[in-house]
Amino acid sequence: MSWFKRAKQNISTDTSKAIDLPDGLWEKCPGCSEILHKKQLDLSMWTCPKCNYHFRIGSSQYVEVLLDKETFKETEKKMRSADPLEFADTKKYSDRVKETIKKTGLNDAILTGTGKIDGKDVAFGCMDFKFIGGSMGSVVGEKIARLADRAYKHKLPLIIIAASGGARMMEGAYSLMQMAKTSGRLAKLAEANIPYISILTDPTTGGITASFAMLGDVNIAEPQALIGFAGPRIIKQTIGRDLPEGFQKSEFILEHGFIDMVVSRKDLKSQISHLLNYFS
Amino acid sequence: MSKNVLDFEKPIAELESKLEEMRKFADNLYIDAEIKNIEDKVVNLKESIYKNLTRWQRVQLARHPERPYTLDYIYLMTENFLELHGDRYFKDDKSIVGGFATIDEYKVMIIGHQKGRDTKSNVYRNFGMPNPEGYRKALRLMKLAEKFNKPIITMIDTPGAFPGIEAEERGQAEAIARNLFEMSKLKVPVLVIIIGEGASGGALGIGVGDRILMLENCWYSVISPESCSSILWRSWEYKEQAAEALKLTSADLLEQKLIDRIVPEPLGGAHKDHQTMALTLRNVIKEELSELIKIKPEKLFENRLEKFGKMGKWID
Repeated sequence: MSWFKRAKQNISTDTSKAIDLPDGLWEKCPGCSEILHKKQLDLSMWTCPKCNYHFRIGSSQYVEVLLDKETFKETEKKMRSADPLEFADTKKYSDRVKETIKKTGLNDAILTGTGKIDGKDVAFGCMDFKFIGGSMGSVVGEKIARLADRAYKHKLPLIIIAASGGARMMEGAYSLMQMAKTSGRLAKLAEANIPYISILTDPTTGGITASFAMLGDVNIAEPQALIGFAGPRIIKQTIGRDLPEGFQKSEFILEHGFIDMVVSRKDLKSQISHLLNYFS
Repeated sequence: MSKNVLDFEKPIAELESKLEEMRKFADNLYIDAEIKNIEDKVVNLKESIYKNLTRWQRVQLARHPERPYTLDYIYLMTENFLELHGDRYFKDDKSIVGGFATIDEYKVMIIGHQKGRDTKSNVYRNFGMPNPEGYRKALRLMKLAEKFNKPIITMIDTPGAFPGIEAEERGQAEAIARNLFEMSKLKVPVLVIIIGEGASGGALGIGVGDRILMLENCWYSVISPESCSSILWRSWEYKEQAAEALKLTSADLLEQKLIDRIVPEPLGGAHKDHQTMALTLRNVIKEELSELIKIKPEKLFENRLEKFGKMGKWID
């Protein structure tokens, strides 16, 4: 092994003097591999300036993207999961929830409240994928139901941003019933001619797509988001062949007629504001 | 002995076949007392086995290949069944059947998932896994029932909505979501009965109603034990644990207040005696309908919102 050793001194790189790059200041775009600075990404709402790749962002960031500055008032802020089944897989669900709360600073997978879009009052909900895959259990279902009730009571247009892998397994049939609960409340809203705009982001699958996310008066998706009922892995396993290029992406869903438009994040607010003018 | 005997049913099946043999010779020999003895043993054994089934064993009973399916119930419980076909958009999905039927004084719309009994009929029925057109057909029939003021009975028995390319292209998610939305508003009573497997959105897609009943040996949850095992344990081997963790049996769901009533099955399960099962269910349906038709149509929507609104547990 001696041929790999450097016999001569002073030709190795001195690592002690390396410029100390603060961790996590740079992000590599998964779309085009461009190295992007976080400040640059913040300015572009976490979309790649080069290829328009949309990074996944959280609910607090969407508040900034969509709502007028300092108009958001959060509701049901403290609501938390009660672990109704005392569920445990390789880990206890109650521990998983506690750890996730600590790690994310969120109490569950959706933020709800009211705010303004270009001065127009709205009821606003936004899911967080980083909270157990954005899954819907009793808390997400109940928060959406109460948000819809608030929209109904105050005649506010309802806007919900979906980002979720589906219903939460750890609450079993309780989670499943949230699909019926949320869809029923939207039916009530529809009877009162109150608009509901659904925004589908990456990813929106399973019980979320099969309930409130597909029920908008207008359904809008961000570019290249994965949207579907069954996940691509399950479909591939079931049918035993490869999936076509672009399958279950926003543009595919648009082509098949299940969403009204694909809108880049930076245009979301203006498009929604535009729509709200037609609904008022 | 039947080919379709589950592991935990074997001791019973063995005793039963022994009993049958003895009966053949009973005329010539004086073994009546012995026969009676074994008969008692069979009953005792059945009671002890079926009272103490694990959740996974109940899942197996719910999937028993000899279990009665929707069409079996329709033929055994109702008269004058008139099957209706097609969603009017794309095609007729064979994994959901439906039509008008009569149960004594009640004229109803009855809709349910339909599995096949053998390979050929299972391919025809797509193993009871609907495509979007199945849900759209179901909704069309429900709207028809609403138009002519007939109560609706839905029967749930599916391993899930079909996960396929075409199903996604035609909007599997939208079809299910639309049903949840529209079923909430129906102005006629909806009686939902889980008769076998209730797998997730594929089951709920025809499962929003005023009363939700479950046969004793059924399961109903957000995911099958196998898929849950593969996702949370990253292996298919933990299906028994997953079934336990999901708390998915009729007794569990009654305790969780997610269903209203359990319909008892004949000892050993519905597959042991289709006639008795159908008769029990027929009586239960009549009892339920007699109450449901008293509710004012304009109250139904509100009641359903309240019913499903209560489902779930959270800390405020």
